Amino acid sequence: MPRKEINIDDKVDYLSILDHNGELDTDLEPDIPEEILLKLYRAMVLGRKFDERLLNLQRQGRIGTFAPTSGQEAAHLGMIAVLESSDWFVPAFRELAAEIWRGRSLESYITYFNGFGEGAAIAQDSHNLPDAVPVGSQILHAVGLAWAAKYRRTDQVTMVFFGDGATSQGDFHEGLNFAGVFQVPAIFICQNNHWAISIPRSKQTRSKTIAQKALAYGIPGIQVDGNDILATYAAAKEAVDRARSGGGPTLIECVTYRLTMHTTADDPRRYRTDEEVTQWTRRDPIARFQKYLEVKGLLSEKKINDIESAVLEEIQAAVDRAEEEMKTMGDPMFIFEHAYAEMPPFLKQQREELAREIAEMKEEGSNG
Amino acid sequence: MAKMTMVQALNLALRQEMEQDEDVILLGEDVGVDGGVFRVTDGLITQFGEDRVLDTPLAESAIAGMSIGMAVYGLKPVCEIQFSGFSYQTFHQIENHAARMRWRTQGRYHVPLVLRTPYGGGVRALEHHSESRETYWAHTPGLKMVIPSGPRNARALLVSAIRDPDPIIFYEPKALYRAFREEVPEEEETMPIGKSMLVREGKDLTMISYGAMMRPTLEAASLLKDKEGVEAEVIDILTIAPLDDEIFVQSVRKTGRAMVIHEAPRSFGPGAEIITRLMEKAFYYLEVPIERVTGFDVMSPLFSRENAYIPNAQRILRAARRLTNVRNDE
Repeated sequence: MPRKEINIDDKVDYLSILDHNGELDTDLEPDIPEEILLKLYRAMVLGRKFDERLLNLQRQGRIGTFAPTSGQEAAHLGMIAVLESSDWFVPAFRELAAEIWRGRSLESYITYFNGFGEGAAIAQDSHNLPDAVPVGSQILHAVGLAWAAKYRRTDQVTMVFFGDGATSQGDFHEGLNFAGVFQVPAIFICQNNHWAISIPRSKQTRSKTIAQKALAYGIPGIQVDGNDILATYAAAKEAVDRARSGGGPTLIECVTYRLTMHTTADDPRRYRTDEEVTQWTRRDPIARFQKYLEVKGLLSEKKINDIESAVLEEIQAAVDRAEEEMKTMGDPMFIFEHAYAEMPPFLKQQREELAREIAEMKEEGSNG
Repeated sequence: MAKMTMVQALNLALRQEMEQDEDVILLGEDVGVDGGVFRVTDGLITQFGEDRVLDTPLAESAIAGMSIGMAVYGLKPVCEIQFSGFSYQTFHQIENHAARMRWRTQGRYHVPLVLRTPYGGGVRALEHHSESRETYWAHTPGLKMVIPSGPRNARALLVSAIRDPDPIIFYEPKALYRAFREEVPEEEETMPIGKSMLVREGKDLTMISYGAMMRPTLEAASLLKDKEGVEAEVIDILTIAPLDDEIFVQSVRKTGRAMVIHEAPRSFGPGAEIITRLMEKAFYYLEVPIERVTGFDVMSPLFSRENAYIPNAQRILRAARRLTNVRNDE
């Protein structure tokens, strides 16, 4: 009965294919069709430009608080691009480009961030969940969705996103544990952007990586350069293929960086240095991917400019449409909708009460 | 009809629903091989297999959260939380997601889950095994909260709860699990969610209660009749939320005297809402102030003192006397 080392077979890899200097590891380069590469590039630019526009609208008082995404486009786009539309997508709230990729309209963001629930409506035929604000709580829903897909004998997989802060939550650990025990086809994606509001990754966990937490639950884990879309795509492809063929769940840690604030109500200068931000700006996921596509002959300066103007036009059209749509969204009686399948009698009474209040308010108003 | 305990009746409801609908899935701690610590799910894993009856790892939040995912997918999960004292670990999942998913997605998704959990005292249990905290759930918009009071209505309400498109917290009065038997028909029986029931007619006062407290309430009502010739009308609330006030308001308009009996702590308990509805809808019919017989605003005591806490027939009877002895014509 000696004291001896327990051999844990698992290990954790780090994957980087295209680094921030544009150096490419051709052995690892994934085989992505050209039209997908270009679609991904456009989606990254759209995500970035729309994020910038939203920030601009927020500063002008034309939308309320929102959580910007700039800098994290490769971390969620490389992942989502691997999914089929019948697969399930469970977002947190910092996956702007991925949500657009999955069909969410730009104008729905503007209406939603103007406080209209209509902006969170989800198309009947989509398999996207809504944003989940309570950090990490959505991880468990992915386990249930994936379990159900397996029970119904489909080949659907479920992909769920969360941040580094979420990995401190019980629901993260419970979710990975359940996923491991039930071997569900789920892919857990941590966008480790280094900051959970003001708390740095180093104060979130003593672990060297987040990816290694997978090992405790008996599932594969991998850490990838989250600003390298070739690496995020390759890691996602591997995990999705495994899940689809019955190999169970995977945890992927995408190391990335939130270039701006947690939400528009946050001032990151209180807790991090400009030097750090500058350093990460040099690792911008779009710049290196653009260079890669230029070298491949898929992008030219003209094409880059064309894409940018088309994207800006699309955004402007969406802003115009949303502002038009919102003119018809004022009805306060809407607050009683969708609470239950069928409105219970007491709610009908309360709805009538509000209708009376509104009528009386109008009457008082007109009487001076 | 077979005479069944509540445990057997609940088991019948689960079995029949699972037989006729493959989307009904059970999950929870020890619900499979062990058949649940109270044996409500006894034998179901043998009949339906591990795919339909999931013995989960020990994590209440995950049981609820996973159920939400299953329900969004289109299944009908019935999860068991072993004791309501451990259900608070599911609270953020129920409040933040189960109750809101329909609203948040404008009807694209809904969460037809049932969270079954035994509640209440009277079984000489450890700490955290005797509480009655229905208010927590009843206060949550989008959520329904059901508490049966006997084998027959437990079976019928559970069937209805499983078929209901909204999320439901289903509190099972553990003191009644094996306390008595009732005739329960083998053929399908449902009861509407969101409806109270008149269970004893009377003209002199109205007793409003639910769950485990229905027994001492009915006992007090028959003592009142036998000893003093006072006829109490008794109403079983059955669905705490959304609360059906029609039947008890009608009754109090007739009797002019009302009392509410529950095991939950008094302040902000369901009685507070019931009495407010009476103030709004039956105030001018009241002869005397309304009485409350409830648990006290303290922790559920450990079992050697729990009889001091849980309302019994004698306490209910004394309150009824206070109500009926005061007469306007005296």
